[in-house]
Amino acid sequence: MSIDKNASGTVYQRFQGTAEFQELRSRFRRFVFPMTVAFLTWYLLYVVLSGWARGFMGTELFGTINVALVFGLLQFVTTFGIAYLYSRHAGRRLDPLADKIRGDIEADEAQSAGTAEDGR
Amino acid sequence: MSNETLSILLFLTFVAGTLAITVWASRNTKNATDYYAGGRSFSGPQNGLAIGGDYMSAASFLGIAGLIALYGYDGFLYSIGFLVAWLVALLLVAELLRNSGRFTMADVLAFRMSPRPVRTAAGVSTITVSIFYLLAQMVGAGALVALLFGFTSEFAKGATIALVGILMIVYVVFGGMKGTTWVQIVKAVLLMTGAALVTLLVLTEFGFNLSSLLNDAAEQSGKGDKFLEPGLRYGTEEQGLTGKLDLISLGLALVLGTAGLPHILIRFYTVPTARDARKSVMWGIGLIGTFYLFTLVLGFGAAALVGSEEIAKVNPAGNTAAPQLAERIGEIIFGDAGGTILLAVIAAVAFATILAVVAGLTLASSSSFAHDLYAHVFRKGKATERDEVRVARISALVIGAVSIVLGIYAQRLNVAFLVALAFAVAASGNLPAILYSLFWKRFNTAGAVSAIYGGLGSALFLVIFSPVVSGSEKALFTGSDWSWFPLNNPGLISIPVGFLCGFVGTVLSKEYNAEKYSEIEVRSLTGAGAEKAAEH
Repeated sequence: MSIDKNASGTVYQRFQGTAEFQELRSRFRRFVFPMTVAFLTWYLLYVVLSGWARGFMGTELFGTINVALVFGLLQFVTTFGIAYLYSRHAGRRLDPLADKIRGDIEADEAQSAGTAEDGR
Repeated sequence: MSNETLSILLFLTFVAGTLAITVWASRNTKNATDYYAGGRSFSGPQNGLAIGGDYMSAASFLGIAGLIALYGYDGFLYSIGFLVAWLVALLLVAELLRNSGRFTMADVLAFRMSPRPVRTAAGVSTITVSIFYLLAQMVGAGALVALLFGFTSEFAKGATIALVGILMIVYVVFGGMKGTTWVQIVKAVLLMTGAALVTLLVLTEFGFNLSSLLNDAAEQSGKGDKFLEPGLRYGTEEQGLTGKLDLISLGLALVLGTAGLPHILIRFYTVPTARDARKSVMWGIGLIGTFYLFTLVLGFGAAALVGSEEIAKVNPAGNTAAPQLAERIGEIIFGDAGGTILLAVIAAVAFATILAVVAGLTLASSSSFAHDLYAHVFRKGKATERDEVRVARISALVIGAVSIVLGIYAQRLNVAFLVALAFAVAASGNLPAILYSLFWKRFNTAGAVSAIYGGLGSALFLVIFSPVVSGSEKALFTGSDWSWFPLNNPGLISIPVGFLCGFVGTVLSKEYNAEKYSEIEVRSLTGAGAEKAAEH
């Protein structure tokens, strides 16, 4: 991938405009934003039901284990689950691309430094 | 040997060990990166343990177990908020912060803004949140001593607070981030082991049948099935709609506050790369989640085996439920000696927990003072590293001394609300500023300053006029009543206000720095230009 060295702006502005970075940014946001909305909604649902749907929450399911307890434990399960999913998504879809772009930026900066020295 | 003596001995062993660590750390602390960020040399799992250590405070351990023991299910609600909050940190904050900052939260905010106003605001917010939290822990330490050793004198409690304060000052001034991180790690191991042990014993006693444990707990509580349902403590039927709104407010403050707590945020800087920050949060979530599952068993176990009457007799707020349970289950399974030993172990662990958390808080606030206020605002970025670190150490001493004095004087007050308030301020002031900084192109200095002061100000303002400060039996000033805000936790209002202030402040100002936004966006996502680990 070549960066137009004559393009204006800092190295970061140039790289921000590249297709690769835009792809990284979009992969990140397309996972993180919806997931955040999802887990916050799920959590708030839990809080709201704890306040307003006590009868429902008190329904016994197995022995003394009621909906409230199961719902609460589910929050644990989903938290662990989402953490795992994020870690997997990041490892597969974000890290390799981020590493590549970072490498390119560092090479670009090294080259500019080299050019600057040559030009003296 | 009485359990008090054994407890003291165990605690002194912990102190001796951690002081040795502090001496080692002080020899290995040579520059600012070492002092503020432990040389960025901690691995993911190590930092994860430290995160757990920093987060699992006495409030988590004693407070939640006690809440569950006395009120049943509602205590569990609390722990869920504390846990889910970590997803906000994992998905939105940890890695991005590590890639764009150096030592403090303000580094990220000041990245693309005019540094002085933003660092001032961030510094004020950090110190406010940390002092609230610190005060609550100090007063808790005094109360704990009284309960566990049967001291009732103000002097004994005051002496404990002073002792805890002095130790914490030593850890921070001499050990810096390296020392305090290792103290957190040791404490986390001890806490998890102790809690796991008691949990295992309780489960064994009930044949690993959760249903029968809950059944016994419900029966013993005298409240029957209601004990296992939400509603005995938060949003009770007598409190009506206000109570339920308060519950939502509390829930919001807990889930959004964690990712804005300064002493948690600085933990993301102590690892070599952002990926390690991610790993450490993963470890933290695993530990913290497991720990809260333990407290579920501990709380209901205490309700079943000790009984709310017994617990409330010793401490009406329930803070001794966990140690009392340890004693009871030790007796049941191993006889009297077992009870004594187990009680001593859990009491020592509780002390260690308080000590580790206050050290972390003192480090965060003194670091912010030195790095944000002294170096960048007062000295305008011209202070040398040596000066900065020296000021950090001095301010740790001062903050520690102030907390000791305030802690001793605040003993008579019910300060549990301080932690909830700290979370509300973190969620209302810090989180909006951090999120907007990382994700919103248009955000600027006016927006950052508005978000922080708006969130902090509205939270404080609402609390001053809430039943927490006046107008109820549990208030700070029980004689008077100037309250008009009905909720105990301001989060429901102050969090949206913080976000709104950040938005309005931004659009009203013409400042716009596209170049800097590009830099922070690219750096935060790729790790280019991130601060590297110190080389020795």
